[in-house]
Amino acid sequence: MIELENVAYSYGGGDLLTDVSLRLQPGSFHFLTGPSGAGKSTFLKLCYMELAASKGLVQVFDQDVATLGRDQIALARRRIGVVHQECAFLDHLSVAENIALPLTVAGRDVAAESQNLSDLINWVGLSAQQNQLPPELSGGERQRAALARAVIMGPDVILADEPTGNVDWEMSQRLMSLLIELNKMGKSVLIATHDLNLIRTTKVQVSARVLRIKDRRLQLAGADL
Amino acid sequence: MSASELASGDRAADRVVPPTGFTATLTTFTAGAMAFLAVFALALSLATGRLAERWASELAQTSTVRISAPIEELEAQTLAAQEVLRTTQGVVRSRIMSEEEQMLLLEPWFGPDLPLEDLPIPRLIEVVEDENGYDAAGLRLRLAGEAPGAFLDDHTRWRRPLVDAANRLRGLGWIAIALIALSTAAMITLAARAALAANAQVIRVTRLVGARDVYIARAFVRRFTIRALLGAAVGSAAGCIAIALLPSAADEGAFLTGLGFQGWHWLWPLTIPPLAALVAFWATRSAALRTLNEVT
Repeated sequence: MIELENVAYSYGGGDLLTDVSLRLQPGSFHFLTGPSGAGKSTFLKLCYMELAASKGLVQVFDQDVATLGRDQIALARRRIGVVHQECAFLDHLSVAENIALPLTVAGRDVAAESQNLSDLINWVGLSAQQNQLPPELSGGERQRAALARAVIMGPDVILADEPTGNVDWEMSQRLMSLLIELNKMGKSVLIATHDLNLIRTTKVQVSARVLRIKDRRLQLAGADL
Repeated sequence: MSASELASGDRAADRVVPPTGFTATLTTFTAGAMAFLAVFALALSLATGRLAERWASELAQTSTVRISAPIEELEAQTLAAQEVLRTTQGVVRSRIMSEEEQMLLLEPWFGPDLPLEDLPIPRLIEVVEDENGYDAAGLRLRLAGEAPGAFLDDHTRWRRPLVDAANRLRGLGWIAIALIALSTAAMITLAARAALAANAQVIRVTRLVGARDVYIARAFVRRFTIRALLGAAVGSAAGCIAIALLPSAADEGAFLTGLGFQGWHWLWPLTIPPLAALVAFWATRSAALRTLNEVT
């Protein structure tokens, strides 16, 4: 689905990532860990084509990203659900409209899919907040809204950047159980987090590989996890 | 992005991009002001065009033979010249101007009490030619033979600069219209870029959830095009009213009071709003796609 082969990413003359290789298989569950500033967010941005690799090959759905036009990138992104660290929303639209945004920009009839939208909003527990504006939401509510927006198109892959970064432990468990549930539906999940406790707790519930970025390189994490 | 897509619009896409504040007012005002000026530039071009054609046709069909000779030969040479003109192919008629008519011609310079009989005033013969005209060089040769004091003035010397000036003025009018269109494009581009910059977050988020560039651009293009169309419609209407209220053409006013539209030329201002919309469409679309190209 998403494959990186000997990928490097440089910025401002320095290498942020070097010789990174990874293949995300359908239905897989990966954690990506490492200290702050190690390059976790950069790695995810390479996966959803917000950044272009300086070296190496990035393939998304069997297509070389370097050869894709802007429209093709947009179409490929519709198959990748992303939960951003900062949970950026359109503040003038309601929570429900923000969650439905991927449908809207894809030209799909949101009214015809209102039942699915309503079910999804219930699933993430935001029924009471669906008509509010994003600035009125708490950190946890924003994370759940971002997750709902990421999955509304039924993507094949879900990428989450610190999805539990702004929420308490109970909420983080709830979010993780949502992601585990999506994985059980066959979605590939890649979560970038520096929260090792979260990884340990989740590994009890799902078979997950843990990757670590160390010295700009990607490696399989050791038994300490 | 087709015209029908633009006209039908996409309410959902329009909702995604929030109202663009001052840039909306700026676009409408700019389009209105520029359309107002364009109406005047158009009126100037059309009026000078008419003037050039009128001068060219009026002057081209008349000429004058001036006879300057000693008093005792004046009458004989005048009659001889008249006879030459009568037998010249292309001359419809020729007429010796009366002393009263010559007085009227000289009155603006010498006043009404000019003692014409005491002055060595040359005799003038007005010549009216047919559509094909006459052979001026041949006529000059014949006049030189029959009436040596006769001089043919076919008005070419002073007609040409006048017609040239009118034509140049018409050209300047069209240049003014082109400059107005370019200025409109530049100002709408600036307004569009300001709107795009103000919506950088909207653009980034929509791109990341899978929006194609054309989807995002459409929302901006549609707004700016409609605003330019409305602004230009109001500006054009105001310009037409102002032109219609100008004093009507009169002989005394000559060119200035003839500045306006005549007959079907009143339809010309109707082309300004669609052209302004086209300029806005092109300017906003290129600005939007250029800006979007900078967003991953």
